Amino acid sequence: MGRGSRDYALWSIAIVVVLVFALLPVLWLISLSLKPSAAITDQSFIPTEFSLDNYKSLFEGGIDDSPFIKPLINSIGIALITTVISIVLASFAAYAIARLEFPGKRLILAGALAIAMFPPISTVGPLFDMWRTLGLYDTWPGLIIPYLTFSLPLAIYVLVAFFREIPWDLEQAAQVDGATPFQAFTKVIVPLAAPGVFTAAILVFIFAWNDFLFAISLTSSDASRTVPAALAFFTGESSFTQPTGSIAAAAVVVTVPIIVFVLFFQRRIVSGLTAGAVKG
Amino acid sequence: MAEIVLDAVSKVFPDGFEAVKEMNLDIADGEFMILVGPSGCGKSTALRMIAGLEDISEGELKIGGDVVNDKAPKDRDIAMVFQNYALYPHMTVRENMGFALKLAGVDKGEINEKVEEAAETLDLTQHLDRRPVNLSGGQRQRVAMGRAIVRDPKAFLMDEPLSNLDAKLRVQMRTEVARLQTQLETTMVYVTHDQTEAMTLGDRVAVMRAGALQQVGTPAELYDTPKNLFVAGFIGSPAMNFMPAEIASGKLVLPIGEIDAGELAGGHGDGKVVAGLRPENFEDASIVGDDLKRERGLVFEAEIDLVESLGSDLYAYFHVKSEGVQSDQLADLVEDRLDETGAANIREGEEQVVARLDPTSEVKRGGRTELWADTAKLHLFDPENGKSLKARD
Repeated sequence: MGRGSRDYALWSIAIVVVLVFALLPVLWLISLSLKPSAAITDQSFIPTEFSLDNYKSLFEGGIDDSPFIKPLINSIGIALITTVISIVLASFAAYAIARLEFPGKRLILAGALAIAMFPPISTVGPLFDMWRTLGLYDTWPGLIIPYLTFSLPLAIYVLVAFFREIPWDLEQAAQVDGATPFQAFTKVIVPLAAPGVFTAAILVFIFAWNDFLFAISLTSSDASRTVPAALAFFTGESSFTQPTGSIAAAAVVVTVPIIVFVLFFQRRIVSGLTAGAVKG
Repeated sequence: MAEIVLDAVSKVFPDGFEAVKEMNLDIADGEFMILVGPSGCGKSTALRMIAGLEDISEGELKIGGDVVNDKAPKDRDIAMVFQNYALYPHMTVRENMGFALKLAGVDKGEINEKVEEAAETLDLTQHLDRRPVNLSGGQRQRVAMGRAIVRDPKAFLMDEPLSNLDAKLRVQMRTEVARLQTQLETTMVYVTHDQTEAMTLGDRVAVMRAGALQQVGTPAELYDTPKNLFVAGFIGSPAMNFMPAEIASGKLVLPIGEIDAGELAGGHGDGKVVAGLRPENFEDASIVGDDLKRERGLVFEAEIDLVESLGSDLYAYFHVKSEGVQSDQLADLVEDRLDETGAANIREGEEQVVARLDPTSEVKRGGRTELWADTAKLHLFDPENGKSLKARD
């Protein structure tokens, strides 16, 4: 047995261990969501009886009575708006930081880092008071603003790292090749920056989508409550049944967009796209 | 095709640094002009001003008779090859080469035809559908040149295009560039810090130092009649040897002996001068014919510090007494010269001299040998301003 094949075998085992560790809870969740309420506690990994009741219950009653549809809309809306604003602002900031020399550049980066490290929990109390005074409590902007605050540093850091890697000589090459500055930007720089922008966008989206702390503290009704917070308010069919099945089903449903999002953009995130532009 | 005229062109950066100082240069239609100088001498800035990537602070730049000072790069109809190639990584070789034509709105069939024609010339046909990342350094370099030639521009600008290649490939691409230029007959401005490239490629060479043009001429002119100390020291490898000398009542006193100053001194009166002699103007005295020795030159004895035999040539290093040759023009060259000759061990009060001798010479390291210096080839310079005493203008 050569060294290469032994390494290969060890790596395979390591990967399998990680996969099982990561995926087992997800599979367990899916299994739970597919069990009818009577069988929830039967402790079998593979459901003996399949039913989609849990999923149906999520959407029952249409937009007004369903416990899930409104939060889902809130989640999608808030996460998307956060992502768009955050990426637009972060792109401008990162472009300036990566390409220009200006006073206060280090301060901006240090400030961004400081905010990223700041524990969100310590802002929740003051925010709760402020938002109630300002009328932002239990509104979409009430969540979007704190999400922006904490996602911008992340996005700026990712984008600065990406933008620094872009060979800016290409812009000049394009201009000599007969491009207007705008054409040079859209035809040469944008395609190169796209993977970085998508990576940052996915990270921001996932951050906003997954947040529980702000969602539970700064909302009080379906007007702005997002799915992670709404899950905590699920009730069973009667006061004696646990809402385990519906929670599992809801958890599966909110996981799907993330997976779709990542799979869809996966090809665009492929790194190393810029390799080979300049000397190798 | 067009001539390029720089009329007192200057570049001052916002921080006040004057990168190019009143540069006057006429580049004829179809000429291969080399801008050469040590790093930071403003040669790249000059090129980028011609390309339009850098604003011109003062003066006038004409391409093909039109003043283009305020024209954007895209309106100047010039092609440029960058030092790091600057290929578009997200495009195939074909797309890279056709990009300029596509922007110009040329139709697809014609683009393909031109790209394939250029690919043929550069031996890139089988790589047309690959991406730059999958190409070797030499291939990328050729793609960068291909991108320039498909356009059939008024002029090519090249910014140290070979400096990222390894030594062997560089020599190969150098001949390629020379062949291409002869074939295309397009005006070409080529920037390099490598004096070998400058000497071998150019129709004419412009030597720059600290933003100022020092001398413009054919490689032979620069080599045989350098106008000042800087050009003399920069052109040629190994570099010219400099030693302090003095003119006193018609005699030229050198550390290696004394000769009649004669015509060498020009109109210069008595006083200190700097004498320069190229390595190949020395020879082992036992090899030089007696006739020649009698006719001209100077025979002297030297202690050989080091001998380097390259087979075809033999370099002998020795030293002469000297209080040092003081000139800021030479100070600029010191680093370059150290790289080339390895003359790092210059001792106080001595000046190292390199002599290129016939390979049959039997000089030995540490031994004392009689050497002959062809003093007819001496260059004398004014130590104050560095100007050659011969080339007065």
